[in-house]
Amino acid sequence: MPKSLISIHDFSKEEILHILDMAASFEKNPFQPILKGKIVACIFFEPSTRTRLSFETAANRLGTRIIGFSDAGNTSVSKGETLKDTIKMVSNYADLIVMRHPLEGSARYASEVSSVPVINAGDGANQHPSQTLLDLYSIRKTQGTLENLHIDMVGDLKYGRTVHSLLQAMSHFNPNFVFTAPDELRMPQEYKSYLDNLNIPYKEASSLTEFITEADILYMTRVQQERFTDAIEYERVKNIYSLNNSMLEGCKPNMRILHPLPRVNEIATDVDSSKHAYYFEQAGNGVYTRMAIIAYLLGL
Amino acid sequence: MEKHLMVSAIKEGTVVDHIPSEQLFRVIDILGLNRISNQITFGINLDSKILGKKAIIKIADKFFEDDDINRIALIAPQAKINIIKDFEVVEKRILTTPTEIKGIVKCMNPMCITNHQAVPTLFTATRKDNGPELLCHYCEKITDSKNLKIISNL
Repeated sequence: MPKSLISIHDFSKEEILHILDMAASFEKNPFQPILKGKIVACIFFEPSTRTRLSFETAANRLGTRIIGFSDAGNTSVSKGETLKDTIKMVSNYADLIVMRHPLEGSARYASEVSSVPVINAGDGANQHPSQTLLDLYSIRKTQGTLENLHIDMVGDLKYGRTVHSLLQAMSHFNPNFVFTAPDELRMPQEYKSYLDNLNIPYKEASSLTEFITEADILYMTRVQQERFTDAIEYERVKNIYSLNNSMLEGCKPNMRILHPLPRVNEIATDVDSSKHAYYFEQAGNGVYTRMAIIAYLLGL
Repeated sequence: MEKHLMVSAIKEGTVVDHIPSEQLFRVIDILGLNRISNQITFGINLDSKILGKKAIIKIADKFFEDDDINRIALIAPQAKINIIKDFEVVEKRILTTPTEIKGIVKCMNPMCITNHQAVPTLFTATRKDNGPELLCHYCEKITDSKNLKIISNL
């Protein structure tokens, strides 16, 4: 079975650092058609803007051709074709598959039936490892290191897959965490136990400004209304977890705000012009990181 | 009072004893006993010093592989397995929870691929105080012993 990227656990600390180094070299010289003649299949069974476009940009910059679909409605899936059959067929056409699918575990299964590497571009609420790698790339780029950083995670820490994967990936690098979330959306116990086992310190906060001055990275996520059983509770908390420029007073000069996007109202637009805002650059880093992942899995 | 066996002895075969009464039918399911033609006798709600009420199954002329018999450790870890030859217990087997559980348990995550397509489940088991915890190889979610559902008729 060829090496795939399904979950952030699939890569060791050394492999993660190697990918980030490759991404840095692609950023210095983004036009490197080193994979000319290869074919990348981007198969998206559910909608995506950033992830699909940045994978396609990355593949284009590496000189590959791209096949695929962004709406399973136009494919044999709508005739009842199983995922196994779709993957078996696509892996005969392409040298690498990038897949997004609404079912959790679908990417792991695809990698087991595919004859070519599979990159998980999101399997439901489970994993989205290329997002995690681009988050790590953005953190290292802005802080100069991944070691010994204070990371404050804010918003939906219960269902947000990006924060869970980032937490696991950062655990290689001796971090200090703050989890800022409303009661309903607190970090699940299994992740806190994971940190306890590794002796990684963390604090829990209910207000955004409580520990903001200690943070090197403020990792914002979207608090979604559909997560709340009580609509009044949502109205009460939605603004507590929304960041505006006045809250940034007294923050460390190196502090950067990350967000996996799309944002709704959790970051006010007056933050966009702050030197701390980094979320749009973060999205741009996705292209270099994905170039590195594709190149690495194709053996370069 | 005269002592006699509540479930009559078998000449050759396997006895699964000390099954918690409420798990009897799940054990029958896991071992696939509803699909074999061997003579099987069982008793339920028998008095037990250890369990209060226990169940016992005697399967004539049937000897299980370790992997098969260990599957019941998931729901009845305290069960005792006796191998019978010529009415005598010739071997006692101790159950060990397998670390890899393939295709017996349903993943409790409704969004898991194994609940939507023909993908056999696969878990890594870890023992916790309140029973086994199963980590799904596919969706990476945990199925705990409270939510452990056996897939029937394997």
